[in-house]
Amino acid sequence: MTEKTALILLGCPQVPVQTSMALYLMHGLKEHGIRPVIAGTVAARKLMEVADPGRHYLEEMADLDDMIDEITGKRRDFDLCFVFIHNDSGVAYAGTMAYISQARLYALLFGEHAEDLAKEIEFPCEVVAAKAVHNPMPLKRKLDEVMQWAVSKR
Amino acid sequence: MGCLEALKPEIILSQASFKDAREYIKKNVREYHEVEPGYKIHDVHIIGVAPLYVGVEGEDLIFPYTKPCHGTFVVKVAGHEEIARLRARKK
Repeated sequence: MTEKTALILLGCPQVPVQTSMALYLMHGLKEHGIRPVIAGTVAARKLMEVADPGRHYLEEMADLDDMIDEITGKRRDFDLCFVFIHNDSGVAYAGTMAYISQARLYALLFGEHAEDLAKEIEFPCEVVAAKAVHNPMPLKRKLDEVMQWAVSKR
Repeated sequence: MGCLEALKPEIILSQASFKDAREYIKKNVREYHEVEPGYKIHDVHIIGVAPLYVGVEGEDLIFPYTKPCHGTFVVKVAGHEEIARLRARKK
């Protein structure tokens, strides 16, 4: 049986909850036998590397632009894709993923303007939004609900 | 992957939203073409939500360029063979 995979797309790591939630999401995916792959900016990837020095959760990480190139070139795709969004650029990246990838797409919106940004999403995806900046719990609770659904539908 | 800086871009609009960039090109560039998200110009993929526009002005291309931390820019770069490729896909 082919191993299921999930792409976790990390944007600007300016909002503190992103790294914590990404590690939590990777844990959840691995628990369900889904291999997570991280694509992100240099800073976002460095935060992940430092937070998981023993590589308990991190396996593969890639540059954001390189991953977009791989997917648009149809050299690679995933079963699931989670895009972390706290600004307009995050919405733009999620919209791109909705178009170029066949993966089931989840838009994880957080930060001060999560609800407003959620209104900007006009492409097919599952929206998970919570006003979480320093405290990840509001987003974690919403992600927990969606994760049950995500792993059962994969 | 290539880098936009290598193309020596002229920045026309900076730190905008992808919608602002879309509207700018539509309103200010006479010849523009709709492209799909991920469309590649030189070595740069266009990021955003459809519809996305790429403008042609003389020998230059004008298109949106999104940076994860700094929003979307509208940039102008030399078009070279990309202009013909863009026009050819219109039909």
